[in-house]
Order: sequence, then structure tokens, then C-alpha cells
Amino acid sequence: MNTELTGIIATFLLTLVIAIPLGKYLAKVFAGEKVWTDFLKPLETGIYKLSGINIKEQMNWKQQLKTLLTINILWLFYGFFVLIFQDKLPLNPDGNPGMTPDLAFNTIISFVANCNLQHYSGESGVSYLTQQYVLMFLQFVSAATGIAAAVVLFKAFRDKTTTELGNFWEFFVKSITRLLLPLSFVMALILTFSGTPASYDGKDKFISLQGDTVNVSRGPAAQMIAIKHLGTNGGGYFGANSAHPFENPSYFTDMVELIAQVIIPIAMVIAFGYFIRRKKLAWTIFGVMTIGLFMLLIPMLSSELGGNPALAKMGISQTTGAMEGKEVRFGPAASAYWSTVTTIISTGSVNGMHDSTMPMSGTWQLLGMMINSFYGGCGVGLLNYFIYLIVAVFISGLMVGRTPEFLGHKVEAREIKIAAIITLLSPFLILAGTAIASYIFTNHGNAAWAVQPKSWLNNPGFHGFSEMLYEMTSSNANNGSGFEGLGDNNIFWNLSTGIVIFLGRFLPIIGPVAIAGLLGAKKFIPESAGTLKTDTKTFALMTFAVIIVLNALSYFPALALGPLAEYFTMLK
Amino acid sequence: MKKYIIQSIRLTLVLLVLLCVIYPVTVAFIGKMSKGNGGGEKITKNGKTVGYALLGQSFTKPQYFWGRPSAVAYNAAGSAGSNKGPSNPDYLKEVQSRIDTLLKYNPGIKKSDIPADMVTASGSGLDPNISAQGAAIQVDRVAAARKIDVKKVKELVAMNTLKPFMGLFGPSSVNVLKLNLALDAL
Repeated sequence: MNTELTGIIATFLLTLVIAIPLGKYLAKVFAGEKVWTDFLKPLETGIYKLSGINIKEQMNWKQQLKTLLTINILWLFYGFFVLIFQDKLPLNPDGNPGMTPDLAFNTIISFVANCNLQHYSGESGVSYLTQQYVLMFLQFVSAATGIAAAVVLFKAFRDKTTTELGNFWEFFVKSITRLLLPLSFVMALILTFSGTPASYDGKDKFISLQGDTVNVSRGPAAQMIAIKHLGTNGGGYFGANSAHPFENPSYFTDMVELIAQVIIPIAMVIAFGYFIRRKKLAWTIFGVMTIGLFMLLIPMLSSELGGNPALAKMGISQTTGAMEGKEVRFGPAASAYWSTVTTIISTGSVNGMHDSTMPMSGTWQLLGMMINSFYGGCGVGLLNYFIYLIVAVFISGLMVGRTPEFLGHKVEAREIKIAAIITLLSPFLILAGTAIASYIFTNHGNAAWAVQPKSWLNNPGFHGFSEMLYEMTSSNANNGSGFEGLGDNNIFWNLSTGIVIFLGRFLPIIGPVAIAGLLGAKKFIPESAGTLKTDTKTFALMTFAVIIVLNALSYFPALALGPLAEYFTMLK
Repeated sequence: MKKYIIQSIRLTLVLLVLLCVIYPVTVAFIGKMSKGNGGGEKITKNGKTVGYALLGQSFTKPQYFWGRPSAVAYNAAGSAGSNKGPSNPDYLKEVQSRIDTLLKYNPGIKKSDIPADMVTASGSGLDPNISAQGAAIQVDRVAAARKIDVKKVKELVAMNTLKPFMGLFGPSSVNVLKLNLALDAL
């Protein structure tokens, strides 16, 4: 078997070897049971004390959400002003300018929302202060926000009937001290010793072997790249993200980064099952998600390893596969695997440029982000999946003519309404956003913006449409990757995607937490012969069908206009 | 509500110290022990820095092995890929002209010998590597330009070919800068 395929198989297996025990560990951490990292307790106690937090205080779901939103809004203001005034603040050895207000608006929402869509380039757009005190900081806390929100949902289903869902601050702080920070520390050191810069030295200059003068951007990158993957953030230190040799020096670091971005999303699913003492449910969810992964990965591999048919016609050798936008040290198989996991979970980092992947690969990338719950982002992947579960419970209930129930709680009109709104939100934001962009591109090409609409697209025809569709989909999914040919640093894209990211982040957190809170407070109905079991293969299939049908109905027309049309044109 | 705001501000300040000072500074400090002291490993020739081990650089002279096409002309202060779509007609013309250039400067090779990586731009624009096949098609040209034995050049290519990770995972590759330095050292 060729070494490129053994590489990705090994990567996936190692991911499971780490993620499954990590899930069991997380269940214990959040349940307050004894774990080996308890030596960190004094650190946590210190943080609570300095912040004036009493973790014994129980919160209901509304208080949980209030806390979550308060601190997130605070970060928006804090970051916005640092981004605008970064040129006047310290730690700016390269003398990079402050951001324009619209770019700062987009960037700060994008990082608070764990999206990390980047309309700036790391080398020239931000200072070291911004990279660390705003962007890297938010990579930690936005991931912790997602995990804490998911733990609130865990709490709602652990006890039979409860309105006391624990303390948000405790879940949030523990996500950092027991999970994100220790793992980041280890990973940052692995990267540093593999060649990634970690020091605060500014730009360097050298004369190359041929006599060209070359400037080299550097800086404390390893620290950020670690949390960028562990927290499923994806925002790179350098413009080219993890394709950059400094961010991702070798095949070994590529494996490390691939494993890092998937372990927490999988661990959260396992933790859910262990936490609510329904292990079988966790394995069922994990099974559906993993089948989803392979259904996107296998066709993606086939289209990338097949190479570009247009280049094949020119008569060159494409034995390894399509190479445009990819790096030799990873090869097309590892880049295809990366582009699958980075779109199904919401990382959005890349080790090869998605804009240059084959048309069918674009379809699978887009679908991965549209579904957004095959593992999904840190914490939020499970929340997204929960909405699909509720819809599946409801439809199954209708089919057999019984009141739908989930884990012993009746699912009624109010919960279904919330689930329906959240389900409809994604297609609305993606399709309306793309429609408005297309309208402006065709009818107002000469608008006097930083990048004129007529020159937005880097590629003509169907692929150009895909660039706009991808940008909106990535924003809504809080993914952050892009078809980067799009000229996106101008007022239209900065504002529109900023709004889409904001709504696409917080409503899908509020919705599931509210449903869980409402369900958890209802009377517990013990299981009987007539109960619809949610941890069976039949129900797993049902959920899978719901996911496929909902997404196919919502997005097929848009996909047909973009990547599918390009694919069929190239077949000619 | 007011309580949450005050707690938020205080917690943010505490975490800024932990996550943005203690964590990165500790890593940077330990990183001083790595190759290149955590600032990127440099490559020197006669006491002068001629490049970074991980970063590709532009080679256009016939006596050097060439790297891959770059969308940013190997500018290490602004990495990027071409972002050209696979069916873009302008892009396909560009690839055709790269094929023609390679055929012109490497007489004796066939079109079907040219590997995709030699005519497509890398993701970062700084790819330090080419495939073994990408080096093989340039051996004759380099040997002729340097007036040295083809066998000697082939040996150097073999010596600078990096095997898959642990011999099992990922592709093999040739580091262009190290190969060219080895040639200069002959």
C-alpha cells in the first residue's frame, strides 16, 4: 500500500487512540470526580478568587446563557479597539498598520465566534500584540465557551428532572485549565522543536544562494498554532496557514496537527455518553458521525488523487494527484484528508488551498460545512448534532403516532419550534448571503469599494460563484477556511460575513442550550415498551437520513450552480 | 447582570495573564533550546545566512535545481497560493507555458516525464521541496551547466531525498536548497 494512504490511516487511528480516553477523562472532570490532573485545583481556586466567582452557585439555563453572552460581548469590545489601534500599541516590531473599522469588525467577530475567517494576512495585517493578546487569547476562550455550553447540555440530561445546571464559570475555566492549556503547551513544544518559530524576534533578512534579498516574517507562532488546532479555531499565524513551512514543517507535524484538531470534538461525544450514563447513545452518535466522515472522505480522496483532468490533457504525469495549491511534503492524500476534517469539524485551517482543489472536492468541502456536525467544532459540533436529534425524534414520533420523547422528557411544541428555527437559520444565512453577493457582483460591479465587486472573483464562471458560496457557508459554519481567491477585504464582505458569523455562532448555541434546559426541567417519564429508543441502529439511521435530507433539500440547487456545474463542464 | 459584567472583566484579566503571558513566554523560553533558538533554523554558507532550512527560495539559473512555481515569488514575508481554480483558462495557459519552459531548458525529457508539482504553484508559495521525479528531470541540465558527471549529480539527489516519515507515512521529497548547497560545495 502506498505511504500516502498508510499515513492518513495511521493518523485516523491515532486520533481515536487519544480521543476516546480523553472523552472518558472529560466526563470525570466535568462531573467533579477524581482525576489525575486534580493537582491543578489550586490554580483554578486562584482564578475563581481573583475573579470574584463562587462556583457553588447553581445556574439555570437562562443564567448560563446570560453569563456566556456577557463575557463574549466584552471580548468583542476589547478586541475591536486593540485591532484598530494596534499600530500605536507595543509589540509591533514589523510596524504593521492599524485595521480599518470594517476589517476590525469582521476579524473580532470571527475570532470571538471560533470561526477565524481571516480577511487580513498574518504577516502584514497584525502586530505580535494582536496575534497573542487578542487572536490567540480568543482561540482559547472561544473554544472553552463552546465546550462549556455543551457541558450545560450534559447537565440537563444527567439527572431525572433538574433546573440546576451547574456553574458556567466552572465549566469554562476547567475547559482551559484541564484541557486546552496543558495540551497546547505540549503541542507548542512539539512544534517548536520541529522548527516552528516561537520567539519574539522580528522580521529577518537574508541574501539567498542566487543573490536575491529575502525578508522573512517570524514571531511566536508555535503557541498559536497549537491552540488553533486543539480549539478547532483554524486561524493561522501566517497567511498561508498550515501550508506554510513554518506553521507545519514536516509530515510528522502534519499528523500532529491533524490529530489535534479532531480529538476534542470526538472526546466531547464520548464524554456526553459517560456523563449522562448512557454510553450506548454516545457510541451511536459517534458511529453516525464517523460514517459521515468516510462518506465525505472517500470521494474527496478519489477526486484529488485522480489529478486535474485539464492537466492530464496536456500530457504531463500526475501520478501522485492534483498538486496546485498543495505542498510536496504532505502530498495530495494528506491534503484531501485535511480538507475533509477541517470542513466537517469547524477548524478551517488548511494545509493546501481549497480554491485550487478539484470541483467535486469543493462539493464535499461545502457539504461538510453545511452539515457541520460530523464531529463538528469544540462543543458546538455536539450542539448542532443535538438539533438534528430533536428533529429526528419529532419526525419519528409523527411516523409512529406518539408524543416524541428524548431521554425521558417529552419534546413539545416549544422545543420543536426552536429546533426548526435553528435548522432553517443556516440555509437562510448561506443562501440569502450568496444571493445578495451575486446580485451586487452582477449589477453593481463598479461600486467604489476597496475591492470593486467586478474584481472580487479570482476565477471566472461557475468556480467564481463557488468562491462566494464558500465564503458564506464557511462564515455560517464558523469554519473560517475560504476559497481564498475571493477579494474579501472590503466593506461588503467584511460586514456581511461578520453578521453571518455572529448569528451562525450564537443562535445555534442559544437554541440547543434552551431546548436542553426546557427538557431537563420537565417531568421524567420512565422508559416503557412504547418508548422510542434513541440509542438503536434504527434511530441512528433515522438521524442520518434526517441530516442528509435536510441538507440536500436546502443546498442542492446552490451546489448545482457552483461546483457541480464546474465538474460537468470539465468532463466535456 | 452587573455581577456578571464585573466577573467577566476580572476573569478576562486573569486569563490574559495566564494565556498570553505565562503560556507563550514559557514556550518561547524553552524553545531557545531548539535548533535556531526558536526563531527558525538558519542555513549558513561561509559564515553568512543564505536561507532558512524550512523555506524554499527562488532558483532560476541553469546550474541550480529549480523549485516549484510560486504565486508570491518566494517572498517569505507574504505567503500565499495562487488560488486558481482547476478549470480557469488563464491558469491552464500558465501551466502550459511552464511545461514549455521546462521542455526548453531540459532538452531530452519528454512531456510525460514532467511531474505535476513542477508546473503547479504550491500552497504557501514557499514550498522547500520537489518530488524525486521533479529532481530527476533536471539532472542532465544541472550536470551540463556545471560540467560535472551526471552520476555525481544523481548521487547528490539521492543523498538529499527525504524518505517518508518513519519509512511508512507520507510522500518522499527532495529539499531544493540543501541539494543546491551540496552542489556548490563540490
